[in-house]
Amino acid sequence: DTVLAAATITMKLTSTVCFPRQEIMKWNGWGYSDSKFLFNKKGQAEFTGKRYRLSGMVLPSLQDWFENTFGASVNHKSPATPALNASAVPPASLNEAFVEDLKATGIPFSHEAEDRVFRAHGHCLHEIFALREGKKFERVPDMVVWPNCHSDVVKIVELACKHNVCLIPYGGGTSVTSALECPPEETRCIVSLDTSQMNRILWIDEKNLVAHVEAGIIGQDLERLLNESGYCTGHEPDSMEFSSLGGWVATRASGMKKNVYGNIEDLVIHIKVVTPRGVIEKSCQGPRMSTGPDIHHFILGSEGTLGVVTEVTMKIRPIPEYQKYGSVVFPNFEAGVACLREVAKQRCAPASIRLMDNEQFQFGHALKPQVSSIFTNFVEGLKKFYITKFKGFDPHQLVVATLLFEGDRERVLQHEKQVYDIAATFGGLAAGEDNGQRGYILTFVIAYLRDLGMDYYVVAESFETSVPWDRVLDLCRNVKERINRECKERGVQFQPLTSCRVTQTYDAGACVYFYFAFNYRGLADPVHTYERVEHAAREEILANGGSLSHHHGVGKLRKEWMKESISSLGVGMLQSVKDYVDPDNIFGNRNLL
Amino acid sequence: KACTPNYSPGRGWPTSQTQDGFEDILEERRNSSDLKYALRCYAPVLYKGVTPCKANMLKNIVLQSDQLRYVINQVSQESGEAPDIIQEEASVILEEMAHRLQISTVRFFAFALSKAFKTLFQHVCVNEEGIQRLQQAIQEHPVVLLPSHRSYMDFLLMSYILYTYDLALPVIAAGMDFMGMKFVGEMLRMSGAFFIRRSFGGDKLYWAVFSEYVKTMLRNGFAPIEFFLEGTRSRTCKSLTPKLGLLNIVIEPFFKGEVFDVNLVPISISYERILEESLYARELLGVPKPKESTSGLLKARRILSEDYGSIHVYFGQPVSVRSLAQGKVNRSTYNLFPRHIPRKPMEETQSFVNDTAYRIVRLQEDNMVLKPWVLMASLLLQNLEGMELSVLTEQTVWLRGLALSYAAFLDWPDHAPTAKVVSSSLALHRGLACVSGGRVSLVVGEPLGPVTPEEALFNRAVSVLSCASYRNQVLHVFLRPAMLAVAMHTAASSKKNEVYNCFSFLWDMFSNDFILCPGDTVQDFEEACYLLVKTGAVQMPQQDIVMTDIGQPTLSFFNGLLEPFLQGYQVVCRYLCEEASEGLTEKQYIPAVRSFAHSVLCVFTGNLRCYEVLSSDMQKNALAALLRGKLPTQKALLARL
Repeated sequence: DTVLAAATITMKLTSTVCFPRQEIMKWNGWGYSDSKFLFNKKGQAEFTGKRYRLSGMVLPSLQDWFENTFGASVNHKSPATPALNASAVPPASLNEAFVEDLKATGIPFSHEAEDRVFRAHGHCLHEIFALREGKKFERVPDMVVWPNCHSDVVKIVELACKHNVCLIPYGGGTSVTSALECPPEETRCIVSLDTSQMNRILWIDEKNLVAHVEAGIIGQDLERLLNESGYCTGHEPDSMEFSSLGGWVATRASGMKKNVYGNIEDLVIHIKVVTPRGVIEKSCQGPRMSTGPDIHHFILGSEGTLGVVTEVTMKIRPIPEYQKYGSVVFPNFEAGVACLREVAKQRCAPASIRLMDNEQFQFGHALKPQVSSIFTNFVEGLKKFYITKFKGFDPHQLVVATLLFEGDRERVLQHEKQVYDIAATFGGLAAGEDNGQRGYILTFVIAYLRDLGMDYYVVAESFETSVPWDRVLDLCRNVKERINRECKERGVQFQPLTSCRVTQTYDAGACVYFYFAFNYRGLADPVHTYERVEHAAREEILANGGSLSHHHGVGKLRKEWMKESISSLGVGMLQSVKDYVDPDNIFGNRNLL
Repeated sequence: KACTPNYSPGRGWPTSQTQDGFEDILEERRNSSDLKYALRCYAPVLYKGVTPCKANMLKNIVLQSDQLRYVINQVSQESGEAPDIIQEEASVILEEMAHRLQISTVRFFAFALSKAFKTLFQHVCVNEEGIQRLQQAIQEHPVVLLPSHRSYMDFLLMSYILYTYDLALPVIAAGMDFMGMKFVGEMLRMSGAFFIRRSFGGDKLYWAVFSEYVKTMLRNGFAPIEFFLEGTRSRTCKSLTPKLGLLNIVIEPFFKGEVFDVNLVPISISYERILEESLYARELLGVPKPKESTSGLLKARRILSEDYGSIHVYFGQPVSVRSLAQGKVNRSTYNLFPRHIPRKPMEETQSFVNDTAYRIVRLQEDNMVLKPWVLMASLLLQNLEGMELSVLTEQTVWLRGLALSYAAFLDWPDHAPTAKVVSSSLALHRGLACVSGGRVSLVVGEPLGPVTPEEALFNRAVSVLSCASYRNQVLHVFLRPAMLAVAMHTAASSKKNEVYNCFSFLWDMFSNDFILCPGDTVQDFEEACYLLVKTGAVQMPQQDIVMTDIGQPTLSFFNGLLEPFLQGYQVVCRYLCEEASEGLTEKQYIPAVRSFAHSVLCVFTGNLRCYEVLSSDMQKNALAALLRGKLPTQKALLARL
């Protein structure tokens, strides 16, 4: 019983006409065109569509929360440009010889403005903001190609080398690091290589519990198809509705349930990559090898700078028999972090354990749908009374951890007890399955909420880091404070929302995820302001012992800190690999280095 | 062309040169009940609204901290003692150190000090804008109060003022010597003092307890922390070069990310007359400092009958360590080492802390309020044989103009005729100077009975050193132009680079005696040029620096101002060249150089009248300068002078 409604965005090409994703997905916002938040005529928030648990529901407290938190008003709209203005798109500069040769291969391609613009961006704030404003594009891909299989990719890369064409691989398009942005200084023809048609599971090996999958497959499709055979990968990054397997490999993705299944680097057994120098792959599927540095680690996190991941052999697991959500309320963030640290120490973390700070707890509450029965309302009221009054929790301090357990029923229940017992020693109070599940729903709809904010002068973004346990609290506090201070200094007129949560636990540290939003009324260039604040926040993270990124990657957004992060020698090592594999910079997205 | 001075000491430092006005807080005390005042509702705002922590809880946090536990284990391994025993030791150290701030004691002091201050002082003036800035800062960040240190009175006065303005009471680092005064020591402890030993060099455990205690208070923002950067009371009224130990401790939590920022607040406390005035002079001359004792304090009641003029307390602009450190210290260098393991600060950090300390002391100097008397004292010291009152008055007016054009923070009574200002200054300081037959001269104490030449010299020196403690208050205003004046005087030619070389030599030599920020030689030189050009004493055609037609009085005043220091250093050099034997220890040095100076002074009663060389402060500073020097300094110094 997953949170998501079964849905797919991947459709096959029927003829030579490519299927444009933009028919079911927004061209200037997050996710499906039919799913969005809006304030209805009564001023109440609604989530449209049928795809999600929240779809079709009224959220009575959202408006109050929204207006109070941001100083925004539902009467002050900042609507987006309704449709793409084709004249804002620079004309395609095609490499005719390449096009001729490509035609001969029969691989479909397009140079329609809409296709090109759709693949010219990821989901950074500045990218979406520019689309909404209808700004002129500086540089977009000149054409899009849709290879259907590994050998198609080999052909395309060969032709690109032959005609000196720049290739930018495109998977799910969910990058938040400016990784998909075309370098404005690129003068060659830029071809976006869309992997969406390479979306088959080629085989499943039940003896070894691995599946061989084409890298263009989208997360939710992979899970759904494996589920049909009784398996799953268990890899569930928050973007899994739209992000692709190849994208995960290229950015070192991390899934919500990594405690049971591992991160992408733990899940892959074999990777096939097409580079300008040829195809990289290993000769066997041994579960671990001592054959020098693992060449997979040149590929994992290479962010499309070396080649195209075409096929991946990945671990699979039988679908767990039983799944249970849970939640624990703590009197404050410090207690919550101490509990997560203890859980990590005892190595008994459930499939997922996340700690939301008070701001996010309140945000979650604002997303509660209208309650139909008076009785449920009464029970909710009692619970709230018990926590805030009887237990003496301060509603402006308390935080909540959301939990997801998986496995066979008996063990889940045992595990659950163990975790709740630890929580109790830190003053944690079990707060029910519903609150837990609501926390995970929030994960999938939060990106939609950003679009709602942007309709009303609010810009928002998230960023993440990983940090040793002993620095978690200091880092969270200092980064929030830095954001508040920078906003003030840069003339933001309203108190920003800064919120964080601990989303993953490790033996030696945790992953921390920040949300940051503010009302930009009165600012001349909100995106610039936003970017300066985010820049300052990242500096603060690094100064407080946090990493440059836990799973979003570097892209072009965080390149400037690479030397500081991995030393100039480290950058040199990566550069020499790039120089060897791709001497003519065919994969010229200029990420990372 | 004239040099444009670069006053801005860099990012994060206040740039404004204008100072706030003052309010007299005694005025209200004279008009309303002290008892009511002592018992009124006291509810200060705290850092981020924390609830104040009981002294016992604080001790527990410290004893259980990872930092301390680490050092306890380390010491236990090194010494072979069981950890419990070391832990117990730590607990005893903490017990001896910790404050026990109690509001009832504070109320007692509020009452008693109100009475005492009203008897001793005419006014206690505070810049209220500074108080408002402080109040704001306390709510936002951990605050460190850094007052100048001229008197025992300083920290009681500070707490008294903060209580008056309903601000959070500080915890104050005090020297252990106070603990000797049994009852008073405990009273001070209950008014927020914590006690540290004067020296604990290699004692790892002591250092760990101490630094963790201070850091815990800072991190949790329980109370502002107050200490004296100068480390001890300045007996000469010149600012002392800063001690870095405590500053390192309070800044480190910022570098380690344990707090978002730390605000440093320089505070300048200026006394029109210092309670310890003549005591200090004797101490500098080698009469041992009286041990702090309660009975001694009671004897000091005698002072209650005298008039000590006014006190001015100036709360400077809070300085954010975060802003100062930006671009200077890379905090991520702290990422690769566990934060609870004590480590020597890195070079980058050390020089940052050193620089910060010097600049804070300079800010303290800038906001010191100067009374007319400090100008008069400067003139009298250049005319030890005495001056006509009319000449003194005339020159004081001239000097006032000079001081004002050099941005001195001068408290000159409005609308009062100059003669009145001069005479009332003389009246207040009648113990130091007297007028007879229209001439003003220093008062020399006349002991009963026959006087040996040594005793006469001693008495003379007491009066000169007491007077010098007032001149010293104005030195920071004139120091840079004065060094330039001396450099112009000694340089072989008027070429700018030669003058600069001399200036730079003096700058290095005097860097223990005066507050000269490390690395600022060029900036100070340019500032000096700018100021002398601005006041018309000097002009700078092409690559030369020359005196103007009207520059004589200014330059000769400046030469005279530094004369005692130059002569003093010279005597120390002569001693080291002529008398000092091999293997002289530092302990032997002070008495030896003192008796050498005595003999020199007794022989030359003529124009060598460097009584100040008898001051142990100058002797130490001169030695330090010579030890610092890289070349065969003594000869060089003699040659240069």
